[in-house]
Amino acid sequence: MAINLSDAHATAVRSHAEATYPHECCGILLGRTVSGVRQVDEVVRMRNANTTTPHNRFDFDPKEHLQVQRGARERGLEVVGFYHSHPDHPARPSQYDLDNASWPGYSYIIVAVARGVAQELNAFELAEDRSHFIQEAVLATNRVGSV
Amino acid sequence: MSIKILIPTPLRPFTGRQEEVEVDGRNVGEALEGLITSHPQLRNHLFTADGKLRSFVNVYLNDEDIRYTGLQQTPVKSSDTLAIIPSIAGGCCCCC
Repeated sequence: MAINLSDAHATAVRSHAEATYPHECCGILLGRTVSGVRQVDEVVRMRNANTTTPHNRFDFDPKEHLQVQRGARERGLEVVGFYHSHPDHPARPSQYDLDNASWPGYSYIIVAVARGVAQELNAFELAEDRSHFIQEAVLATNRVGSV
Repeated sequence: MSIKILIPTPLRPFTGRQEEVEVDGRNVGEALEGLITSHPQLRNHLFTADGKLRSFVNVYLNDEDIRYTGLQQTPVKSSDTLAIIPSIAGGCCCCC
């Protein structure tokens, strides 16, 4: 599958990543799935609830997640994926990302941040057997770096 | 009694694309059992082989996490809504 992320939404993800640097940022991608493509209509910033090692870990606050999901549902939107940043590390899933992934069927966007400046942005989907991530195409965006 | 269970996006292919499913049950456990009885493909996505909820699966009865209200023994009433929410966490590495 692919994800359709407009320039404005990609910028929103990058801006969040730069704002929280050197800590990781995290958020939710709301939209809908159209003809096999996850279409992002809204980027929702989430608080990184990991206060112990926020430079290399993120956790959602479950209640905040519940509220965002509820609000999305009321507006006819779906949770199509999530994003987080990797400060001073590549935009690739780590073993920790894999160990903590939920179900296949979401897009997981990772944006690298180098010395406070957002770099490459990539999207991944969890394989059906949960053994690895598969990189997916990011459509409709002019990104720094490449997928 | 019948309660409503909200289905997260990636699990909707296993409920015939339904966003919510009505099930019967006196408590959360019975409601979840009703869900996987009517939609068996959900079992592996929600439960481990030994029948425990997967570690990343959070279940909310209205606004309350069932881990703090009696887990699957938490009683339900007909106006209740169960929400299944994945726990979301990650991070760049273990090296720094």
